Amino acid sequence: MTDKIRVATVSLAGCFGCHMSLLDIDERLLQLADRVAFDRSPITDIKHCEACDIGLIEGGVCNSENVHTLREFRKHCKFLVAVGACAINGGLPGYRNYIPLEECLGESYLDGIGIENPQIPSDPELPLLLDKVYPVHEVVKIDYFLPGCPPVADVFWTFLTDLLEGREPALPYELIHYD
Amino acid sequence: MKQFIQDLAEKNNHQAKQLLQILREIQSCYHYIPEQAIEQLSGLLAIPRTRIISVVEFYSFLHLTPKGQYELLISDCITDNMHDKKNLTDYLAARLNVAVGAVREDGLVSLDNTSCTGMCDQGPAGLVNGYALTRLDRARIDLIADLIERREPLAAWPADLFQVEDNIVRPGLLLKQSMVPGEALRSAFKRGLKATLTEIERSGLRGRGGAGFKTAMKWGFCADEAQNERYVVCNADEGEPGTFKDRVLLNSFAHQVFEGMTLCAAIIGAKRGFLYLRGEYLHLYEQLQGILDQRRQAGLLGVNILREGLDFDIDIYLGAGAYICGEESALIESLEGKAGIPRNRPPYPVTQGYLGKPTVVNNVETFLAASAIAVNGADWFAKVGTEKSSGTKILSISGDCARPGIYEYAFGTTVQTLLNDCGATDVLGVQMGGPSGTFISSQEFDRKLAFEDLATGGSVIVFNENRNIFDIVHNFTHFFAHESCGFCTPCRVGTSLLRKQVDKIYEGHGSAGDVAALEELCQLIKNYSHCGLGQTAANPVLTTLERYPELYQGKLKKISYEPGFDLDGALDIARRLAQRDDAGAHLSQVGDHE
Amino acid sequence: MSKTITIDGDSIPFEDGQTIMEAAAAAGIYIPHLCHHPEFAPHGSCKLCTVIVNGRACSACTFPAMDGQEILNNSKELNDDRRRITQMLFVEGNHLCPGCEKSGNCQLQAIGYYLNMLDNHFLHFFAPRELDASHPDVLVDQNRCIFCTLCVRASHKDGKDVFAISGRGINKRLIFNADSGLLKDTDLDVSDQAAHICPTGAILIKRTGFTQPIGERLFDHKDISETSLEQEQGDHDR
Repeated sequence: MTDKIRVATVSLAGCFGCHMSLLDIDERLLQLADRVAFDRSPITDIKHCEACDIGLIEGGVCNSENVHTLREFRKHCKFLVAVGACAINGGLPGYRNYIPLEECLGESYLDGIGIENPQIPSDPELPLLLDKVYPVHEVVKIDYFLPGCPPVADVFWTFLTDLLEGREPALPYELIHYD
Repeated sequence: MKQFIQDLAEKNNHQAKQLLQILREIQSCYHYIPEQAIEQLSGLLAIPRTRIISVVEFYSFLHLTPKGQYELLISDCITDNMHDKKNLTDYLAARLNVAVGAVREDGLVSLDNTSCTGMCDQGPAGLVNGYALTRLDRARIDLIADLIERREPLAAWPADLFQVEDNIVRPGLLLKQSMVPGEALRSAFKRGLKATLTEIERSGLRGRGGAGFKTAMKWGFCADEAQNERYVVCNADEGEPGTFKDRVLLNSFAHQVFEGMTLCAAIIGAKRGFLYLRGEYLHLYEQLQGILDQRRQAGLLGVNILREGLDFDIDIYLGAGAYICGEESALIESLEGKAGIPRNRPPYPVTQGYLGKPTVVNNVETFLAASAIAVNGADWFAKVGTEKSSGTKILSISGDCARPGIYEYAFGTTVQTLLNDCGATDVLGVQMGGPSGTFISSQEFDRKLAFEDLATGGSVIVFNENRNIFDIVHNFTHFFAHESCGFCTPCRVGTSLLRKQVDKIYEGHGSAGDVAALEELCQLIKNYSHCGLGQTAANPVLTTLERYPELYQGKLKKISYEPGFDLDGALDIARRLAQRDDAGAHLSQVGDHE
Repeated sequence: MSKTITIDGDSIPFEDGQTIMEAAAAAGIYIPHLCHHPEFAPHGSCKLCTVIVNGRACSACTFPAMDGQEILNNSKELNDDRRRITQMLFVEGNHLCPGCEKSGNCQLQAIGYYLNMLDNHFLHFFAPRELDASHPDVLVDQNRCIFCTLCVRASHKDGKDVFAISGRGINKRLIFNADSGLLKDTDLDVSDQAAHICPTGAILIKRTGFTQPIGERLFDHKDISETSLEQEQGDHDR
């Protein structure tokens, strides 16, 4: 077990679509499982990550909890990979960047349709929202980027096999998409 | 307003190329460009309203929303900052109860920063409704604030507030000689125009704006163009921070400058000339118009000049706060009443300049030198200077020195000589040629003033050992980001990215890779920008990074990465709305993994 | 004997008056560009077409071809820098491809693909930009404007001057020629070339966004060097 590459994955401000796309490598998952052990990930339900070789980050950084999670990954992962449009530039959650946060929260909790007992939640258990949804490379150092919404399964396969084989990861033209 | 605009359009013959001049007058009258004026002008000048808006939004001194009846601007040059500009501005803001960048609620006064106003030898300086204010201190600010609160018209303000000194400390070849108006033209006609061009060529005179193109060659190229219309333009858009010598030349040697332009017109066959005067020098406008009138009356301008069959006249155009207009093709665009965006080259102005016609654009000092050469001959000029840089250079020296002002030196003079003469001691370094030039350290004071060594348009700023390199770089980098015209990607985006990156390091948030990233960005801006502004915008970083790499490295934290924005600050809004201030409502700037 | 220039070692002919870009396109050599379009006067602002001519950086779209020029175009150094310039455009505006109808047909995106751009590298500006959906047939989303001025040039040619670029430096914006400032009050018609010329998703024709399915779009199967030459060679030759 110990010689397996350890991979952790997480979805921050994302939709788990990138995780679904990873699973889309289908039967190649078995080949991957021979070489890779998953640490913290929705796949394993492990809550905190320990020393890993690769951390795959889906989603941008929209709140304080995302920052803490991202830092935990940076601390424990040798290579950190921004996966998907949201991690790379905010993606669809980034559409809220055009609207002041006051208005976003106001619409949701104060003056939107059908709101009873209007109040902005203030429970200390809840993470606070950042003013914008930030790309992950603006919060921690990122080593690799896999664009796409989501990156197709072959992107994950190409990238991971490149790394496993000790090659510098490279994506051919047809695998580079921002959508 | 309707009648005012109608008259203004008529006065300018309904010509769209007069747009900038017209807008300046509207701004000066109403303190903004009202929507109604845009609509009316669009009809009167037969141009789309978008063209008017784009001009208004390009120039710093024009506004779509009302400024105060007293528009106060404070010069944000590094030299002003070295003389306590920041505290004085805060004092002024408090005194008048107006925030920097804002208009007071009653509309009486607005306050903002502006790029160097060319008063570095008598700063901190500013502008009120376009007119230069000098030697600002608390007493003068108290006075100004009182005058504004009393709604005193500018005409009733004490003249001393607007007093601008020449401060000629060391006159040389050009500034010592006195010339009778017309003398250069008479000499030229006597010698013959062709022979005079040859004389200028033999003198080795090169453009004094900094680039150093051979003047006679430029005039010759223009004359050789197969066109029947040509123009002479004098570039008095002296915007390089730390430069003020053209202001002095136009204040005390204007005849010689105009005579140089007339001489050029005679040689190249131009009938019209323009003096493009930077908006900051509005205080010189009336005086210069008076001199043009004198010259017309003396037969030195107008029809059949000196009865030699030369017809030539000069108009003065005012800029409106855009450093980029010092670039000759941007200046021509501005003369045509457009936003000052540098043109693609080729074609060069000597073949297609103003209105597409061959145009000579030269610096104020170049015209002055040309007229002096016409009188005194090539040898008089060429016997001083170096082989490649003949003659003298007029410098504006400011910063940490006992005697800031105007100095004229033969090319080949060492920086050390300059420093000795202006009374500079304990010098850390000197900014030669302004922000777009070179920062030289105390190890290099034996370097020489010359096109082949230290070229300068005239700006020399001295910094003593108490100064911080990063204050200087920070100020200059913000200047370029503010002045980028925004035409090309590397300069438009790059100078703003550079500002962010310099701020990050300046404010102590730099980490391991940040200096390398800074340098990479500098090279991109330098190598790919459209014009001289972008190509030199990274010079403040590059020239100091080359000399003080350890200072830059020393600014970096010993961690591998720190975010480029204020993380905890990004939670401000949510904290306020959720009314939280517990530990979980805050973020450290750097994680414990670093 | 016809005059020639050399691009990356290949000698190609040119005619007097041609720019380097025109000569290259005619010879089937692609030089990356966004603000250039063969039907309009060259602009020279995006700087992606920067090539090294006899050791000096020049914009291929504006610089005249001259006999004997030695030109570097497709070098690693130039393409690395072009990638950075493209990244500047991506962080300057708000380019969220997954939510953009133009995705797959967008030249800005295609340039990114061509240059193997995987991230945006720089800090984002998150600039607040306006969206004008007032026109019945055309939508303008300034979040995606890269100031190439193709719409400005095209609308000038249409004789309408609907568009102009205003502002200075990083604060540039697209403005519309109507008293209200709204697109619906301009003379813009959906058949105008200006409505169709935008290389990005800043100017979109309403109700046509997904007539061409994702996966069957221009750059899904061909890279921009191929499509650009196919489309523009004819134009340049004309």
